[in-house]
Amino acid sequence: MNGGAARALLDVRDLKVGLPTRRGPLAILNGVDLHVKEGEVLGVVGESGAGKSITGLAVIGLLEPPARIDGGEVWFDGARIDGLSGDELRRIRGARIGVIFQDPLTSLNPLYTIGFQLTETIRTHMDLGADAAEKRAVELLDEVGIPAAASRLGAYPHEFSGGMRQRVVIALALCANPRLIIADEPTTALDVSIQAQIIGVLKRLCREHGTAVMLITHDMGVIAETADRVAVMYAGRVIEDGTVAEVVRNASHPYSHGLMGSIPTIGARIGRLPQIRGSMPRVGAVPAGCAFAPRCPEVRDLCRAERPVMMDGKATSAACWQYSPRWSDTAAAAGGAAADG
Amino acid sequence: MADTPLLQVEDLAVHFRLPLPVAERAMGRKPKVLKAVDGVSFAIGKGVTLSVVGESGCGKSTVARLIAGLYRPTRGRVAIDGHDVTAARDRTRAIRRRLTMIFQDPQASLNPRWRVRDIIAEPIRAFGIAGDARETSRQVDGLLEQVGLAGADGEKYPHEFSGGQRQRISIARALASKPDLILCDEPTSALDVSVQAQILNLMRDLQDELGLTYLFISHDLAVVHHMSDRIAVMYLGRFVEVAEAAALFASPQHPYTRLLLETIPDLGMTKRDREAVAGEVPSPIDPPGGCAFHPRCPHADERCRTERPDLRPSQSGAGGGAVACHAVEEGRLPPAPAGEAADG
Repeated sequence: MNGGAARALLDVRDLKVGLPTRRGPLAILNGVDLHVKEGEVLGVVGESGAGKSITGLAVIGLLEPPARIDGGEVWFDGARIDGLSGDELRRIRGARIGVIFQDPLTSLNPLYTIGFQLTETIRTHMDLGADAAEKRAVELLDEVGIPAAASRLGAYPHEFSGGMRQRVVIALALCANPRLIIADEPTTALDVSIQAQIIGVLKRLCREHGTAVMLITHDMGVIAETADRVAVMYAGRVIEDGTVAEVVRNASHPYSHGLMGSIPTIGARIGRLPQIRGSMPRVGAVPAGCAFAPRCPEVRDLCRAERPVMMDGKATSAACWQYSPRWSDTAAAAGGAAADG
Repeated sequence: MADTPLLQVEDLAVHFRLPLPVAERAMGRKPKVLKAVDGVSFAIGKGVTLSVVGESGCGKSTVARLIAGLYRPTRGRVAIDGHDVTAARDRTRAIRRRLTMIFQDPQASLNPRWRVRDIIAEPIRAFGIAGDARETSRQVDGLLEQVGLAGADGEKYPHEFSGGQRQRISIARALASKPDLILCDEPTSALDVSVQAQILNLMRDLQDELGLTYLFISHDLAVVHHMSDRIAVMYLGRFVEVAEAAALFASPQHPYTRLLLETIPDLGMTKRDREAVAGEVPSPIDPPGGCAFHPRCPHADERCRTERPDLRPSQSGAGGGAVACHAVEEGRLPPAPAGEAADG
């Protein structure tokens, strides 16, 4: 899939993350393939437990032990970054890859002022004196839309509202002009009107700075408005990859299709929402073959036997046997999950 | 409209006194008062869904809790089917049976040490609905099946279920006392979208089957749009607009409603840029004078800053809508943005 990968800034190949347990390793990620091009916004969606946050953490080497990378490769800007030492990774994190987490309070130290945290980060990654760093901190706060930025440098995180704190976190992530920002549910803790502001800030800044973004969220609405391309995750794998418009309107994989359909939208009021039966398999209980097979309305014998790789679907690529030449040879399974309607 | 609405709420308010540090109390300072709900009136007819939407801290959950009797109102009146139940002593068993609640987090609202069977049987026993143990057990099985679980699931504990299944258990418990009115406080906010769709469908099926009335509390406008007959938009303890669901989305009147509709991310808006409205919800401890929304409102003038608008029937009140806005009343608001086409 990434054969030619013209200029993938981030390239994740067959990434596997496992959790060693007494009963043997538990696979959390079962081979994730995705890439982010320069200046592009890639949305990573999926329901809870699909492995989207773990993917983000694995890329920047912040996996919580005992979880560990069990296989695959992570390439950033032409160099392999999985397996780097803590020190080497620290030099990449912050300087070349910025991170934004869901809860701004966990990313900010409550005991230090905003100004101190910004200048400290700036001086860690850039060769600047105290005054220049402070000037840059004010510029950054200004850019993310904090009013009277210069006078807020002495304020502590608790003095800011949730939306303002998330703006500070964005400023922190942008400190050293990173090439890529990994944003993990950056607006989930915020109210809708504030969410719109934060998305606006993130979009504007990344466009201006040419920063690529890997936007991890469960909220398709946010992705639809922000991302260029979407990777849909299910049970520890990427099962569909395509442009936003195609994935939303013309998804190839039955799961993405069902997921898009089950989201209530304004405008089309329908009697019942189309629903996908059942729920995602738990980690460690992922069936052999296609992980979605037990819930899939199209399931055939082949799906239960072998796991599909990414193939060209309608207008996106999808890990679904329907798009394989072998599909017509396999019989429709009797007693497949019926479509709920 | 039926003659007596199932639920009638008049000028309901609850003010919480905030504890004051000892030093300040010694100085004779008056404690601050948080007006969580400050004068809310509405009625819900039988079999209808009224939704209350708003951002966190606007008081929407408090409204549900006041009606459920979990807080004592500072002023106002709550009546169920014509019976005044504002005071706790007026909440007879017969009345309490008719009103149940579904909470946001089924993990927190189901007792982890009880088997599902006992959780669901509790209201049946408490209200003496079934004659004997065998009848209770039969009803529990029936309820489990009604919400899409199996009778055998009754022997399990809540932690053995997924989030969506747990919410089904909450619904079964809420149905156990054969209520007329269910207060739903963000029932799907903790769930994934595909599971959310299952629960929303289930709730609508049950409504059709049993003629239930819902008071639906949510921050998610798309969900509310899907579920409601009428919608009330709440801001800092007060309703700012009430309208039929279709009318509200087709022609939102209040500037805050317009802002909410403008800001929800929607699937149809791929890569759209939009004007995010500046400002945040002010603290309800010290709300702005006049219209609480005026600091964020692009149409605010002197009157908005000083005089608090009341909820008045809107002139375009086709669906019996009401708006609390001076600008709307004076007609100095631009016509509503061409909303998504209203569908029948």
